[in-house]
Amino acid sequence: MKKLRILIAKVGLDGHDRGAKSVAVGLRDAGMEVIYTGIRQTAESVVSVAVQEDVDAIGISSLAGAHMTMFPKVMRLLEEKGARDIMVFGGGIIPRDDIVELKKIGVGKLFLPGTKISDVVAYLNEAFPN
Amino acid sequence: MTDNPEELNRLRKIQQGDVRTASRLIRGIEDNLPDAKTAIRRIFSHTGRAHVVGFTGAPGAGKSTLVDAMITVFRRQAKTVGVLAVDPTSPFTGGAILGDRVRMQSHAEDPGVFVRSLATRGALGGLSKAVGDAVHVMDAMGKEMIMIETVGAGQQEVDIINHSHTVIVVLIPGMGDEIQAIKAGVMEIADIFVINKADREGAGRLENELIAMLNMVSQFPGDWRPPIIRIGNLADAEAFRESVEELAVSVNDHYQRLVETGLLGDRLRRKAIMEIHEALHDAILAPVLTDLAQSGEMDRIVERILNKESDPYTIADEIARKYPTRPKKSEKE
Repeated sequence: MKKLRILIAKVGLDGHDRGAKSVAVGLRDAGMEVIYTGIRQTAESVVSVAVQEDVDAIGISSLAGAHMTMFPKVMRLLEEKGARDIMVFGGGIIPRDDIVELKKIGVGKLFLPGTKISDVVAYLNEAFPN
Repeated sequence: MTDNPEELNRLRKIQQGDVRTASRLIRGIEDNLPDAKTAIRRIFSHTGRAHVVGFTGAPGAGKSTLVDAMITVFRRQAKTVGVLAVDPTSPFTGGAILGDRVRMQSHAEDPGVFVRSLATRGALGGLSKAVGDAVHVMDAMGKEMIMIETVGAGQQEVDIINHSHTVIVVLIPGMGDEIQAIKAGVMEIADIFVINKADREGAGRLENELIAMLNMVSQFPGDWRPPIIRIGNLADAEAFRESVEELAVSVNDHYQRLVETGLLGDRLRRKAIMEIHEALHDAILAPVLTDLAQSGEMDRIVERILNKESDPYTIADEIARKYPTRPKKSEKE
């Protein structure tokens, strides 16, 4: 039986991980296996972990405004590692204009404050049917 | 075994140490995909070189931090390292949070280190059912040291002995009557004891209790009396580093002893027997159970037992007679 494996990550100096942890627990409660790596990770380490753990998706939480650097970097590194099939999604404080830009480079859904965990679960289950 | 080029390519990539391919295969083993089993058949003859070290102990004993520190030591010795870190699956939702590697993130970008988290997925012995084959995969990749970290274990989670050459039991002071709580089971499988957080009160007493316990053993296999290694506060960096190095020396000494005394062969045999048991279960029992469930026979059997028309032993005899040879599997291989 295939079980979804999701990496929940915080990149850079943004140390606010309450949201990331809530999402991690919510996904676990939905029956997924969640790899959590803690705060202050580099884009390189996040991509490396994603490959080592063979995750289906990487969820990045961003609350400190570094999203326009971090998401593109993660996307580029995945490309370099031949792992572009790993989906990247995220959430946090991200302006709507930026969301449009990030979508253009292939980033998946970005969840904003007020999102229900069940929305994230539904999104992932839909993205990875069966 | 078919010699299809895709299979051969996968084997070659794993032998070259390709993490993506290896992790994919481990995923296939966890998900019980028939094609993963085929790959393991291929890989099997390329395994047997790694030294496998198991870490077990109560939740919060510091196993992950210790494994992290051991990675550093082995990397300094220019050895390649694989880590399998096991965390529990929720019995209610089937989900899991795999967080052991939080403590090992300083090695995340080191290509010589491959850390893979596994959820127990219902296995009860402190490990995941996929551990044995995951070890084979890392071994075939050429990892020289493979460390397995069990879930926070109590008294009976002793499956780790079936998978490791060297078992390290990690204890901490201040958990009450330490030895009493863990007398049998976990205490008997240790090749090395670590008293972690040894700067805490009660470390001396714990060590004395361990010594007294070991003094009661009349003869140790291979004359290997499990050493007791104290590991202090991580914040005292120099002392911490030295004690971890001492542990690494002990790990190496233990392996040498296993080789010199021929005990290594016993351990390998033990693992082989367990692997045969598991493979037989999958090959014989699992298809029977699937067949019974799919044909609806299982429901009828359960009814008969609930109505006291029969008993489990009689039923088992009946079923054993019904499947004299290997049943034709519902087959995907």
